[in-house]
Amino acid sequence: MAASTDILREITEREYRWGFVTPVEEELVPPGLNEDIIRLISQKKGEPEWLTEWRLQAYRRWRTMEEPRWAKVHYPPIDYQAISYFAAPKQKERPKSLDEIDPEIRRTYEKLGIPIREQEILAGVAVDYVFDSVSVATTFRKKLEDLGIIFCSISEAVRDHPELVRRYLGSVVPPGDNYFAALNSAVFSDGSFVYVPKGVRCPMELSTYFRINAAGTGQFERTLIVADEGSYVSYLEGCTAPMRDENQLHAAVVELIALDEAEIKYSTVQNWYPGDKEGRGGIYNFVTKRGLCKGRRSKISWTQVETGSAITWKYPSCILQGDESVGEFYSVALTNNYQQADTGTKMIHIGRRTRSRIISKGIAAGRSQNTYRGLVRVLRGAEGARNYTQCDSMLIGDKCGAHTVPYIEVKNPTARVEHEATTSRISEDQLFYCRARGLSMEDAVALVVNGFCREVMDELPMEFAVEARKLLGISLEGSVG
Amino acid sequence: MNGKDIPMAMLEIEKLHVSVEGKPIIRGLDLSVDAGEVHAIMGPNGSGKSTLAYVLAGREGYEVTAGTIRFLGQDLLAMEPEERVAAGLFLAMQYPVEIPGVSNMYFLRQAVNAVRKARGEPEIKPGEFMKKLREAAKLVGIPEELLRRDLNTGFSGGEKKRNEILQMAMLEPKLAILDETDSGLDIDALRMVAEAVNRMRSPERAFLVITHYARLLNFLVPDRVHVMIAGRIVKSGGRELADELEAHGYEPFTAEAA
Ligand SMILES: Nc1ncnc2c1ncn2[C@@H]1O[C@H](COP(=O)(O)OP(=O)(O)OP(=O)(O)O)[C@@H](O)[C@H]1O
Ligand SMILES: [Mg+2]
Repeated sequence: MAASTDILREITEREYRWGFVTPVEEELVPPGLNEDIIRLISQKKGEPEWLTEWRLQAYRRWRTMEEPRWAKVHYPPIDYQAISYFAAPKQKERPKSLDEIDPEIRRTYEKLGIPIREQEILAGVAVDYVFDSVSVATTFRKKLEDLGIIFCSISEAVRDHPELVRRYLGSVVPPGDNYFAALNSAVFSDGSFVYVPKGVRCPMELSTYFRINAAGTGQFERTLIVADEGSYVSYLEGCTAPMRDENQLHAAVVELIALDEAEIKYSTVQNWYPGDKEGRGGIYNFVTKRGLCKGRRSKISWTQVETGSAITWKYPSCILQGDESVGEFYSVALTNNYQQADTGTKMIHIGRRTRSRIISKGIAAGRSQNTYRGLVRVLRGAEGARNYTQCDSMLIGDKCGAHTVPYIEVKNPTARVEHEATTSRISEDQLFYCRARGLSMEDAVALVVNGFCREVMDELPMEFAVEARKLLGISLEGSVG
Repeated sequence: MNGKDIPMAMLEIEKLHVSVEGKPIIRGLDLSVDAGEVHAIMGPNGSGKSTLAYVLAGREGYEVTAGTIRFLGQDLLAMEPEERVAAGLFLAMQYPVEIPGVSNMYFLRQAVNAVRKARGEPEIKPGEFMKKLREAAKLVGIPEELLRRDLNTGFSGGEKKRNEILQMAMLEPKLAILDETDSGLDIDALRMVAEAVNRMRSPERAFLVITHYARLLNFLVPDRVHVMIAGRIVKSGGRELADELEAHGYEPFTAEAA
């Protein structure tokens, strides 16, 4: 219908809503990567000798490695010497209180809907605000400290809790793990650190909000979460970036460690700038996320809603080492226009009676490509291990692609591994039914897609579920014509 | 009013021709329904009744090759499906669609708010919505549990039909088209549905009821009954026409149509 095409065109041309740039003076190290730059970053952050050395070793390792090309994503070669590896808003030192934060930065987070305040909408959530390469604020610190919970930027953790950082940094994702992890280990700037002591149940959601602002930079954050015996923590990360024609690199590393009977719930709502509708610009999101269920009966649960980035390449994984430990992966990956996503998980069963569950929902629209790639590996000693995998793909339009690539390796005969997969096109009947009840085409698509993703969306912390639901709708605008 | 103090018909269909995949299904149909009236359409399987209902609701794939439809003075065929709903048209479908992962209640609230938004009204307050929903659900015999379930998903045939009437009650349309809502309903449910429709009858509202059974019409008491055969209305009359059909079938009319 002519009228609907016009409306759709208007909506497609609407811009990414988080694409503004904050006019704040930033300090950038010159572009390029070499040992001097790494020493400079380390020095700027006032790091101890061991960490400088750790970075340098990672860098030397990285130089011997090759960029992986096995994912089903295509992009021109990245010029690593053209990137500036450190960008920070100019300020004398980290503000002592929330009131001292640069008003421009404060305004940025207001505009993004996550004001730096310990009240109102985010009353139940403590937030670490990372602006380009540095953490600019962390809320509810005091309240958490009273319980012995450490929640701070990783730079502060290096300074204030060196023994914890040294023990666990790189213990799950070693610097030489893969190309992007090595790069991150060499140049990581900031990120969050969480430690929950024995037997403590963290009473609020912990969250980090990552914002890329400066041009010509990348973001290389590092997150480390340690849940001591019998503790529980739920953590969420969110992210956005300005609209730019250039592609910006985001190569993060996240490490989770759960000791005996501890549980970590890690949720991501990834909304990096996806590029425009011709496929220009956007973030390359090349991330290594891995959790170690080190203790018996420990549990790590990944939930991700991936709607942004020009390219997403990530496989949040669980190493199920402790007996009876549990790994979960709930994922929604939505691609539109020219976006490419190659995402999934790895579940490595080592301990006895370990269990894993994978629920993946891929939605491809426009000319996008959406791949689920997952590995379930059951080692010889994993007596009675169980895995259940369900991968559903939905196609919107006929120029996009959805692919499922499951790898299963079972070395123990008592293991039970189940895999189910479906691919379907968005149902015209459902869309018409919604419209015949008054919903616009966009709202109909959003509703049907949200229904399709329901199992995963239900895993998100309540504070973020509503936003994530809206985000799916917004990301699909103009996808049906 | 059209200026001559003659009330304008709510729905005015003139010389309508509709093809589906190149095949003519509706072939010169005229129908006029006034506000406050209940019209019934009866006709053999495949005569084009649901096709007419879908065309009125704006479903894609139904090509109007000739004719006009005016609804409350507007050119209905120029409107998107959701605009028709906002203007006051509602179709209770012969085959309601399942939408997994979307709760019945959530869907209803989205629908009610979408229509309110289109009319420039504020969103319904959650308390007010719940109150209205409970009342309407009681009227059509839908238990609370069914409101929390995924929309139509795993509903029995009768539950789906009742749920359509629930939606109608919540959206309060000006013109409701019921496509075989009575098929698959047990006696009690049929009575409840008829009761719900009767309660909604008003001088501002009209109903177009597609059915195969005179039984529903005993409860509803239509102002007009139309016989549709091979894409045309071949005879119109009062409610007694329904009983005539029940007694003699469509054969006497099939001959006329040919
Ligand atoms: N998508 C389609 N493709 C091909 N033929 C179609 C399509 N939709 C409807 N038809 C045909 O159009 C004719 C009218 O169908 P319609 O559903 O309107 O009949 P009906 O009067 O509602 O019948 P019933 O009483 O069985 O519900 C039938 O012959 C049907 O097969
Ligand atoms: Mg029919």
